[in-house]
Amino acid sequence: MCQVGEDYGEPAPREPPSAPRPSREQKCVKCREAQPVVVIRAGDAFCRGCFKAFYIHKFRAMLGKNRLIFPGEKVLLAWSGGPSSSSMVWQVLEGLSQDSAKRLRFVPGVIFVDGTCALRLAPGRIPFRKGKRQISHSSSRKHGPAERGLEGFPGGRWPHTLLGSTGAACGRSPEERAKTLAEVKPILQAIGFPWHVVALEEVFSLSPSVLRCSSQEPAAPEEAYKAAVDSFLRQQHVLGAGGGPGPAHGEEQLPQPRNRQSLLRPPAAAQTEALSHLFCSVRTLTAKEELLQTLRAHLILHVARAHGYSKVMTGDSCTRLAIKLMTNLALGRGAFLAWDTGFSDERHGDVVVVRPMREHTLKEVAFYNRLFSVPSVFTPAVNTKAPEKASIHRLMEAFILRLQTQFPSTVSTVYRTSEKLVKAPRDGPATGDHSPRCLLCMCALDIDAADSATAFGVQTSSHPSQIQLTPQGPCCFPGGPRAQGCCQGASRREDPQACIVEQLCYGCRVNMKDLPSLEPLPQYILAEAQLRTQRAWVLAELRDCLIEDSDDEVGQS
Amino acid sequence: MHSCPGLFHAGVLSRELLKGSDAAIRNPHVTRLLCPLPQCPPCTSCHAARAALRRPRSGQALCGACFCSAFEAKVLHTVLAGRLLPPGGVVAVGASGGKDSTVLAHVLRALVPRLGISLQLVAVDEGIGGYRDAALAAVRRQAARWELPLTILACEDLFRGLTDAVARRTAGSDRSRYCCTFCGELQAARRAGATNIAISHNADDMAETRLMNFLRGDAGRLARGGGLGSPGEGGALPRCRPLQFASQKEVVLYAHFRRLDYFSEECVYAPEAFRGHARDLLKRLEAARPSAVLDLVHSAERLALAASARPPRPGACSRCGALASRALCQACALLDGLNRGRPRLAIGKGRRGLDKQATPGTPGDPAQTKTIR
Repeated sequence: MCQVGEDYGEPAPREPPSAPRPSREQKCVKCREAQPVVVIRAGDAFCRGCFKAFYIHKFRAMLGKNRLIFPGEKVLLAWSGGPSSSSMVWQVLEGLSQDSAKRLRFVPGVIFVDGTCALRLAPGRIPFRKGKRQISHSSSRKHGPAERGLEGFPGGRWPHTLLGSTGAACGRSPEERAKTLAEVKPILQAIGFPWHVVALEEVFSLSPSVLRCSSQEPAAPEEAYKAAVDSFLRQQHVLGAGGGPGPAHGEEQLPQPRNRQSLLRPPAAAQTEALSHLFCSVRTLTAKEELLQTLRAHLILHVARAHGYSKVMTGDSCTRLAIKLMTNLALGRGAFLAWDTGFSDERHGDVVVVRPMREHTLKEVAFYNRLFSVPSVFTPAVNTKAPEKASIHRLMEAFILRLQTQFPSTVSTVYRTSEKLVKAPRDGPATGDHSPRCLLCMCALDIDAADSATAFGVQTSSHPSQIQLTPQGPCCFPGGPRAQGCCQGASRREDPQACIVEQLCYGCRVNMKDLPSLEPLPQYILAEAQLRTQRAWVLAELRDCLIEDSDDEVGQS
Repeated sequence: MHSCPGLFHAGVLSRELLKGSDAAIRNPHVTRLLCPLPQCPPCTSCHAARAALRRPRSGQALCGACFCSAFEAKVLHTVLAGRLLPPGGVVAVGASGGKDSTVLAHVLRALVPRLGISLQLVAVDEGIGGYRDAALAAVRRQAARWELPLTILACEDLFRGLTDAVARRTAGSDRSRYCCTFCGELQAARRAGATNIAISHNADDMAETRLMNFLRGDAGRLARGGGLGSPGEGGALPRCRPLQFASQKEVVLYAHFRRLDYFSEECVYAPEAFRGHARDLLKRLEAARPSAVLDLVHSAERLALAASARPPRPGACSRCGALASRALCQACALLDGLNRGRPRLAIGKGRRGLDKQATPGTPGDPAQTKTIR
């Protein structure tokens, strides 16, 4: 029972099989001519040119295989400044400048979310010291500060600190922000796409429509993609060969002045204060990271919708996705793994999130960035320099990377498993738009009716005062399909917190337990929660009068 | 001594606990959960006695009696909700002498009137030296105390090879980690004439298994093992895990408060198995977030795997008739390999030799193999 029939294929290695070191006489395994400069996987030595071709081919193949991005489509590149997303942006830049046969055919824009305010150090955390080299994620350890490819850019020296010492007071935040922006701006200008720099504080000015899924367009069939490509090529041909990078590029220059304006204006101090209050009130680092990811996703979604982008590309690499998969398992998000780690994520309906870097390991990304001088910016995250036990994300990262040294196929095995996951709706009719969605992560709710045994466990752990020693009596269980009808009247007015929690999926509920009060959440979340509660209550009242299909009962209260 | 009368009971209890010889008490996790003397709040359930512990997941303060009844209620709910043990059935509890099976047997015995079942204990003697003897002694004591029929199957007779001997043949620093395979696969409880099998895996075990399956890319097992139990197919008995949602700490606490006698040493082959990695990770996850185990179980219940990853419907083993997804069940395949002098036949990817029939006269000849009764 402990061991599976299928096991790590080769006879158990005593220690990890050490890659045969390439001798001086060994040539690149691909072209067999040039001197190899880098070893990928175990023993595959590539020369510079072949490595570049291999890397680029992976990127293009991932885009081409899935055929989701149509020619002429506007795509927003989510750039965090880190190595993977910088590499992705660089690939897109190079891909757009190639000759017409192989050129990428979409219209990109770049977004950078500035989250420095969320990094206010809590007392007791290890501070950064001025002048000390930044060491954070494992990938950036591969680069020394002076070796990053920032030569050739203005201000190309490596920034030594972005944060000051412990107990950063409120006054520090504008300085930190200004420093970050000073590094980010030259890179964005050099890239040349229309860029949007958005401060995380702007979540406080979002509207509740962000949390509503637009109607999903049916997936275009194969023929539609080919037809679109053909018509695009014909159009190009008609416009003439002198188009250069494409007609859409001319329009890119126009939005820039507007962006620059918003860049100069820092967010309101009240918003900054509210955001730092929110993050300080979260008790655990795990919940903080999850909340940060959620808010960032909402913000990017809002910007994409506002400017007409129909796709968002994120730079999650293979290693990061394997870690994310295991982390989400531990967080209770097993039902949504396919959306969180798959190539495309259509949960928002009109905006699709795409992950083209999902087959590149962090090692390959780091080598590529080093060899070809891809510029990137280090921005500390909430878990930078946090000890290993601090959060589930850090734990999983350390575990997977450690296991990888012992069993070198760990990351790829987990990745292959993730490819076998499907976006199946749970048992029951595929209700699509009608099934209730989580308020925060916008996935279909995965909390069962009361007779699931984990439901019992959740009940006893979240409402200790209501513990029932008999197994019956789940009437008051939050989230059950019948509960809303009977408990609404009693609990709705007295406990807005319970009403919000009812509308969350299991993973988000567990996270929200780490917030003592849900008041500091941005207003759009609270407003949407209230709206949904009202709607559910109204439907419950009118249930007798409405004529419904019997199939719809799954989604209704 | 504190003058407050209400604290007397708690004081005596705490002192007793702290000097107890119960292995559970020496476990620092458990000690931490037991309330220290001056700060005992009242039990939040009965409001009468002083609280003696905090429930691992919810942090709720309970007295011993209330905790035990809450634990039993949870197991009852699991069984009833999943319809795991039909009334009138004969349930064989796999008893290893360890804390999980002891607690399971005790709880099921307490719930027998509610469920309308009859219980039996089944133990397997795999012949792991130094470990199994003491464990079996504990099982015999339990059977005598609870007056339950006990069946012990000795692998030595049935399988013509001790687990130790198996381990020796495949031993070497790299091979010995496969020994847990044999231990697990050789548990056959249906000889006792039962209609259902109750297995004592707790939530931590389930979570570890899920993690392991993911780390090793075992999509087949991930797809198969999601439910509360597996229904019987191809002549095999239905199996269930009533303790599936009880965490390990709760099991230990229950055993402590009911003063159960069990054998608490770890299997000698355990440290080298891959499960150790998953177990270590699970311990750290639980330290970071107490509900991590339950969250993992919840996630695993709701995994959606592609149809191509799912294993084929299991049939019956052609030799012994047990549940098997291939022609031979794992136990018969392992034995086949041992008898043919190829101990790693059924482990790892070399399955090609399995289908070849052994030549007559050699130890692997099916005609000569003693069939399992």
